[in-house]
Amino acid sequence: MGALPIIICTAIFGVVGIVLPFVAPKGPNRGIVQCVLILTGVTCWLFWLCCYMAQMNPLIGPKLHQNTILIMAREWGGPLIDDGWTPKEEEH
Amino acid sequence: MGSLFRSEEMTLCQLFLQSEAAYACVSELGELGLVQFRDLNPDVNAFQRKFVNEVRRCDEMERKLRYLEKEIKKDGIPMLDTGDSPEAPQPREMIDLEATFEKLENELREVNQNAEALKRNYLELTELKHILRKTQVFFDETAPDYQDMLVNRFSQLNPSFHSRPSKYDIRTLRVKFTKSQMADSHREEEQLNLLEDGPRGQQQQNLKLGFVAGVILRERLPAFERMLWRACRGNVFLRQAMIEAPLEDPSNGDNVYKSVFIIFFQGDQLKTRVKKICEGFRATLYPCPEAPADRREMAMGVMTRIEDLNTVLGQTQDHRHRVLVAAAKNLKNWFVKVRKIKAIYHTLNLFNLDVTQKCLIAECWVPVLDIETIQVALRRGTERSGSSVPPILNRMETFEDPPTYNRTNKFTHAFQALINAYGVASYREMNPAPYTIITFPFLFAVMFGDLGHGTIMALFGLWMVLKEKPLAAKKSDNEIWNIFFGGRYIIFLMGVFSMYTGFIYNDIFSKSLNIFGSGWHLSYNTSTVMENKALQLDPAYDAPRTYPIGMDPVWQVAPLNKIIFQNAYKMKISIIFGVIHMIFGVVVGLFNHRFFKNKRAIYCEFIPQMIFLIFLFFYMTLLMWIKWIRFSAQNPAPYSVHCAPSILITFINMVLFKTSPLINEECNEWMFWGQGVLQKFLVLSALACIPVMLLAKPLLIMQERKKALHQPILPYSTDGQDGENGGLNPQTQTAAAAAPAGGHGHEEQEEMSEIFIHQGIHTIEYVLGSVSHTASYLRLWALSLAHAQLAEVLWNMVLKMGLTMSGPMGGIGLWAIFGFWASLTVSILVLMEGLSAFLHTLRLHWVEFQSKFYAGQGYAFTPFAFEAILDGGGSTED
Repeated sequence: MGALPIIICTAIFGVVGIVLPFVAPKGPNRGIVQCVLILTGVTCWLFWLCCYMAQMNPLIGPKLHQNTILIMAREWGGPLIDDGWTPKEEEH
Repeated sequence: MGSLFRSEEMTLCQLFLQSEAAYACVSELGELGLVQFRDLNPDVNAFQRKFVNEVRRCDEMERKLRYLEKEIKKDGIPMLDTGDSPEAPQPREMIDLEATFEKLENELREVNQNAEALKRNYLELTELKHILRKTQVFFDETAPDYQDMLVNRFSQLNPSFHSRPSKYDIRTLRVKFTKSQMADSHREEEQLNLLEDGPRGQQQQNLKLGFVAGVILRERLPAFERMLWRACRGNVFLRQAMIEAPLEDPSNGDNVYKSVFIIFFQGDQLKTRVKKICEGFRATLYPCPEAPADRREMAMGVMTRIEDLNTVLGQTQDHRHRVLVAAAKNLKNWFVKVRKIKAIYHTLNLFNLDVTQKCLIAECWVPVLDIETIQVALRRGTERSGSSVPPILNRMETFEDPPTYNRTNKFTHAFQALINAYGVASYREMNPAPYTIITFPFLFAVMFGDLGHGTIMALFGLWMVLKEKPLAAKKSDNEIWNIFFGGRYIIFLMGVFSMYTGFIYNDIFSKSLNIFGSGWHLSYNTSTVMENKALQLDPAYDAPRTYPIGMDPVWQVAPLNKIIFQNAYKMKISIIFGVIHMIFGVVVGLFNHRFFKNKRAIYCEFIPQMIFLIFLFFYMTLLMWIKWIRFSAQNPAPYSVHCAPSILITFINMVLFKTSPLINEECNEWMFWGQGVLQKFLVLSALACIPVMLLAKPLLIMQERKKALHQPILPYSTDGQDGENGGLNPQTQTAAAAAPAGGHGHEEQEEMSEIFIHQGIHTIEYVLGSVSHTASYLRLWALSLAHAQLAEVLWNMVLKMGLTMSGPMGGIGLWAIFGFWASLTVSILVLMEGLSAFLHTLRLHWVEFQSKFYAGQGYAFTPFAFEAILDGGGSTED
């Protein structure tokens, strides 16, 4: 699982930046098309890579509000571990 | 042949044209648009040139056409614009054209004159008609009033006019009469005495009244009335009535409102006075018979005449319309023809006449690749003119810098324009435009990254691209629209890239998409959650996997420390992309040095520059990657969270040769083994590059010159390494070798001290620039942060209000609030933020990127092309 996104993204942008330039249509604009494809591949891949790497080994975790956590637990799966907590009646 | 990477190779040519074939040949070249003629008679003024007469005739024709166009536009007749461009007509056809235009213009002028005269006539008759109609009432009712008034005054009776108010214009009457009532009766008497010398005995006599009737502009009426009152001391009686329908002023076709008036007075003296005043106020007076029967008869006569006139006017208008419709069909065509003829003669005026007067000599810059095409065109021109002598095209040698010609298409044109706005590339220099096609939208998108805003922008761009032809045919003269339309491909690409970066930032209208499932998961007990207001997930346990593409959506819902995390990420990518962009710029410079065979620049400039940039700044980006990879929350002590060093501090300490203090006992001093030694080596090497950049090139030049002094016969030896001369084509190089005075004169004159100073400036600029430019790329982070925050504020302050409303009113409220939010999104976030990001991107390209390799000291190739002339002529005129 861990390496899969890296392989897929690299492959996609590899196709854009390396393979497509070879099959660019012949003609007066071939050079420009190649240049455009290579640069697109490089910039987009690098941009994705930086974003991926910045999160690969996170040094801080997101600080979430109580509400957000509850909504996350319901919507994104991963329910909270039930430890028998009940709202305290006496506070009211 | 790299089409856009470098400007075309140009050559100066001499062109010999037979006098009779010159016109046709130049016409063909104009259709081709690949030749830039040079002015061979720069000191001859415009009035002394050979074809000044023809140019003047064309001017005259153009004036006539403009007159026709104006008239056609006035009548709102659609002009047929097929968009095709007819060939320039033969010179002899010019006479026919002239005759046609002359005839049309005269006809039109005559028709207009007639129409104007008729309209004037018609106006007079209409006015008269109104006078007759209105005065009827005046005569019926007010004449007795006035008689009474005068009689009463003279008999010094107190007037009692209010008893008989007239239907018309009670107000004016009242004003007057109250005025007169209020005036001291004695003074009034005196005034009357002054006015009339007649004895008081005549007072009772029945007075004979005179009157004049006329028409006056309505706005002049109050002043006119006051003037009459003052000048005639209240002894005239004015009645007026408005003509409701507007009348047409024949001289300029405006609608004017007028009033009919009639003035009663007594005596000749008053009559002349009143007439003078009428004249002064440009009132038109009309004869108006006193007897009702006469008036009726006259009115009848006027009516029939008006009817007749109407018929005639209609016929005149019809005729004018027919003439104009016929002209409108051909007008655009004629304009094109005349402009082409004019352009051809203008060009012919640049040519030199050969001594025998049989031949015109032209000098022109042409792209070397197109010489064949040009020769074919010239041959075609000769055939068309029926001349038997073929034109001669000779390549010439020159030491002048040729113009810069980049062949662009509709896609690359806008990008080239961005570059040219900074400066036209020097001849055959590397052109940054091809790289800009991607780097520009990309850097823009780093600042503008939002999937939603990007989509709006991309759709707008796409719409313009798809509707290109109909939109271009409209030829709008709205400047802002033209800028947008001209940059449609840029806008489209900027939008598409913004969609991509927005997707990576996981930002769509400041919200996130959770496509792949967040990499963070919750491992809390219910009680922990319920008893804490906010909780921070622990990266060591709660992040089992990484969100595969883009930013994890969990950050968007973590308002408490989202910014901290994203700032660290965005600052790093700004620097990473900035440094790579700059290195790329320096590498492009290498291609320049290689192309111009400037070996010295490679060793003395390119290599030290690269070392300086890579050893210091690229190393910093490497540190970022190392930090990303090595340090993790899961790792034990030396590479744990607490030991992660700040990259910036590390970099600063590296330059200052300091070791960073240990953060923690367990941590390592360095991020990897040997870092301390490596850093010292890197900094020292980078510093060592500075003197190389500063001194190597001037010293080498000095050495070379000394050598050249000893061997003055071999100018060729310096040729290969000469920055200025390397760009010329082989022929010119041989020419330079053959004539060293021309090629090297300029070079020798450059003082050694100047070379040193130049090099010093360049070095300081580069070294300091590397630091400041790297920092300058932080604007990528700053703008991106600002954009994301602004979008978030807009969502929270505006749209959230609508979304939290409940009940049926909530729906309506949301509808209104959504409209407000959407318009703010488009106007502020897409338009204004887009503009600001655009300008910052432009700066990053012009300053940070191009300063690494781009001289931009050329001048643009401006070929003689009908297309450009017609477009230009059209735009300046419309």
